[in-house]
Amino acid sequence: MAVIDFANPTRFLRIVDRVMPWLIAATVALFAIGLYRAINAPDDYQQGATVKIMFLHVPAAWLGMFGWALMSVAALGTLVWRHPLADVSGKAAAPIGAAFTFICLVTGSLWGRPTWGTYWVWDARLTSMLVLLLLYLGVLALYWTAEEPGRGARAAAILSLVGAVNLPIIKFSVDWWNTLHQPASVFRIGGSTIDPSLLTPLLIMAVAFTLLFVTLHLAAMRNEILRRRVRSMRLLRAREAHA
Amino acid sequence: MNPFAAILVRDMRLAVRVGGGALMGAFFFLIVITMTPFAVGPDLALLARIGPAILWLGALLASLLTLDRLFATDHDDGSLDLLMMGDIPLELTVAAKALAHWLTTGLPLVVIAPLLGLMLNVDMHALGWLTLTLAAGTPALTFTGLIGAALSVALRRGGLLLAVLVLPLTVPVLIFGVAAANAAIAGPAPFGPAFTILCALSLASLVLGPIAATAALRHGLE
Amino acid sequence: MNLGSHADFIVAAYAVTLFVVAALIAWVLLDYSTQRRILEDLEERGVTRRSGRKG
Repeated sequence: MAVIDFANPTRFLRIVDRVMPWLIAATVALFAIGLYRAINAPDDYQQGATVKIMFLHVPAAWLGMFGWALMSVAALGTLVWRHPLADVSGKAAAPIGAAFTFICLVTGSLWGRPTWGTYWVWDARLTSMLVLLLLYLGVLALYWTAEEPGRGARAAAILSLVGAVNLPIIKFSVDWWNTLHQPASVFRIGGSTIDPSLLTPLLIMAVAFTLLFVTLHLAAMRNEILRRRVRSMRLLRAREAHA
Repeated sequence: MNPFAAILVRDMRLAVRVGGGALMGAFFFLIVITMTPFAVGPDLALLARIGPAILWLGALLASLLTLDRLFATDHDDGSLDLLMMGDIPLELTVAAKALAHWLTTGLPLVVIAPLLGLMLNVDMHALGWLTLTLAAGTPALTFTGLIGAALSVALRRGGLLLAVLVLPLTVPVLIFGVAAANAAIAGPAPFGPAFTILCALSLASLVLGPIAATAALRHGLE
Repeated sequence: MNLGSHADFIVAAYAVTLFVVAALIAWVLLDYSTQRRILEDLEERGVTRRSGRKG
């Protein structure tokens, strides 16, 4: 089955219907394993049990960024290759990516209160995520205010690409800005220096969340295709009523 | 007169003539700076500290609010369609309009900035550097805002949608503009690096802004 | 399970995540049933898609 087969909405719907039960099962299974491992994960010697928030916060951050990357690829599909399902994919991804970015910000804030002492710090990462959320809200605003779905989709596609170019710049500038105003306590969230007993649950939860994203995304794409069918059928009926 | 210059002159004449669009931005800038001490308190030391930041925020908002008119007025009377059918690439047309906008709106902001800086008790020696950062950064604000203006005219929604779209994209310009201004006063970092990056952002937006705005106009109005 | 002195924050973080994820799932499910309902309603009234007529 070639990629081009996914271009046909009807065939796409059939594939989604077939694949959906398996995706849901895999997602539930991985969350079961991941949560079990997360609950039994050892306490961090510095942060205690609050490190368990990391198992939510880090995957949410990754998926927030992944969502925008997905929208940018979909944007190329819409504007450059005119793939029929590209704008459906982008529109479906936006609310999901925004939701994960929101989760990242809130869990980060709740993680920050016991470890840094305040609910919000203008840490470079948190601030970059906040700007990402604002960009998501901009894209969602474009979809909501557009009168014709096609126009809104193309406008959102352009903003997705502009945002993709800008995100590294924003990230860099916020890093710069953050180093000018050194926070009172410099806390480094470990990258590859995470101990395996914490790294494994983290990776399992990351895979679980990713499967959740994909499942929700495909389901939302299915809904969007159905929504457009409703619209075109109504337009057709209206036209014929006046024929 | 070549087409680029023709559009440039046309837009500048319109901005100066119609409803005072040119000076409106400068008036708004003045008002925002005047309002600030009412909100923050007249403490001169505090005002001096946040002065560069307030000036930059005021310039950002003033640019933003006047970007609304960039395409909207042309769209309303149909001249946007004519411009899109012109001989020169649409990117150049859009760039000409943006340049006209900066010359009539951004440049007045830069000119009155030193005066407003005095009102905020900004360090006298730094006023020149501060003005320089605004001169280097306001083109970035105009040319980045161009994208939002094009997107919102295609959807026939101006005002707040434009602000929501553009403000996150202008975060780097704001950061480096204020950093450079503060560096000139007493900052930990020297003036050079922040200012250079600010210039780089402006130059990049001169190219990317018109390209993205053109795409938005073409795809949105087809 | 001992969550230490900051248990409230950990529980709150997991609760918020659960809430947002549940909201996403609810949105997807509700939207699906709404669109299906409208489509069935339209088909009942004899409105078909152009491709449906060729078949």
